[in-house]
Amino acid sequence: MNLALDIAHLLAGGLVVISFVLLYQTRLVSLLDSYVAHAVILGCAVGWQAISQHEPALYVTALLALVVKAGVIPLALRRIVRKLNIHREVDQVVSVGLTMLAGTGLTALSVLVMLPVTIHESSIAREDLMFALAVVLLGLLMMTTRRNAVSEIVGFMSLENGLVLAATGAKGMPLVVEISVVLSILIAIFVIATFLFHIREQFETMDVQALDRFRGDLHG
Amino acid sequence: MADLMHALVLQGGQMFLVLVLAPLLMGVVRRIKARLQRRRGADLLQPYYDLWKLLRKEVVPAENASRFYRIAPYVIFAAIWVAAALVPTFASGLMFNWSADLIVIVGLLATARFTLALAGMDVGTSFGGIGASREMMIAVFAEPAMLMVVFTLSMLAHSTQLSAIADYLILQPVGLRISLGLTLVTFTIVLLAENARIPVDNPATHLELTMVHEAMLLEYSGRHLALLEFAAAIKLLLYVSIFICLFFPFGMATGAPAAAAILVGVLLYLLKLGIGGSLLALGESAVAKMRVFRLGEFLGMAFVLGLLAVLLLFVTRGVRG
Repeated sequence: MNLALDIAHLLAGGLVVISFVLLYQTRLVSLLDSYVAHAVILGCAVGWQAISQHEPALYVTALLALVVKAGVIPLALRRIVRKLNIHREVDQVVSVGLTMLAGTGLTALSVLVMLPVTIHESSIAREDLMFALAVVLLGLLMMTTRRNAVSEIVGFMSLENGLVLAATGAKGMPLVVEISVVLSILIAIFVIATFLFHIREQFETMDVQALDRFRGDLHG
Repeated sequence: MADLMHALVLQGGQMFLVLVLAPLLMGVVRRIKARLQRRRGADLLQPYYDLWKLLRKEVVPAENASRFYRIAPYVIFAAIWVAAALVPTFASGLMFNWSADLIVIVGLLATARFTLALAGMDVGTSFGGIGASREMMIAVFAEPAMLMVVFTLSMLAHSTQLSAIADYLILQPVGLRISLGLTLVTFTIVLLAENARIPVDNPATHLELTMVHEAMLLEYSGRHLALLEFAAAIKLLLYVSIFICLFFPFGMATGAPAAAAILVGVLLYLLKLGIGGSLLALGESAVAKMRVFRLGEFLGMAFVLGLLAVLLLFVTRGVRG
């Protein structure tokens, strides 16, 4: 058995599984926890690629994933969630079962699309590309099935994790491009997040007050 | 002739081993749960005493019970015992192991479940009806998930026979497979659902609106109740044994085994059963029971994970040829 291939398979497959966990989680705080797991597995997958491809540049990408994505961003998002007082909120638009089934369909789709296209590549690259496409599609699915801005940002970031996985699986991407892409996406997420939340904060407070009046009538 | 005798003794040994061990496993799980709740808990042998007491008690059937109601406990007990006797526990080359096909076992268990649901509805009390309808709802979600487990393992080992799968896992290097991990999770959820364990049903309660399995047994008494409770214990043992056989078969005696290999197999099997029972008790103490209406999501997740396992295995096939 090819151990390098097996571990790469395990980590990339694990990323897809955590994407499904993200789809299953409807509570915001648990969603952020699951996202941390997503980022940690991405970091491990990239790190393993660095070891097996003997590419020291990839260590930087792995470190970025571990520090920024598994550390800084979730912490910041959690603070925002707590500040907005929506940490108990349940976000659900389409039923979980349907979403999961759609997700399985998308995973099957990415298998069917990627395997014939990449027939001349090495097995590691083929599997990585296929799993990466699945993660990207699942991220898109998450963004379309959620209503809450936090969940949508988590969906977007899981999508971006899929892109990073694809980029590291394919050889020959220059380090500078990679780092700058990753960094600019991270910064973009920060900007989008704070921007969204400042807007939301303003409307939310008004909204909640308006809702509270009606809530008493409905349940009282 | 001597070979035949040898095979018969081994197969018979397995049949009675599961019978003898089942209440003990139940006792161990209950004891550990009690200790985790800082209670002293009943004796490890308490399930045996309970069964013995029930066996000697008079049967008091409901007035409008049909003949089916009386036959059902025997049918259920027989189906589950046969299934448990077939699963490879300490050795994979027993006389009737060739018939221990995963699909056959699922079928035997489905027969038992169907009979129990009918028996629950037979007397016409509302509790029996609720229990039966919920049991069938759980079955609708759990069986496809179980079939996904079967698909994954049969794709891997090229067989749906439990003994062949165990042999394959022992003798071939399987490597790290995410599919196996996913089927492990799926099978664990199916195990919890099928045995009425905690996130799905609470085995320790009676007369609650949430109960499923106990609701169907509510009208039974005497030796009928003893048989049904015994069958439930054997079913738990059966599922833990399938779990061991599919995911941790190491140390099981293969082929035509020597006496020493069998002894090692039995001891390891007992050890694995103990670990499995402890893990079950730990898990049950750590989580809360779920609302009945969330079961669909929970078991649906098991199904999706199983489907994902099949899919990923398919990919590996496609990529590595």
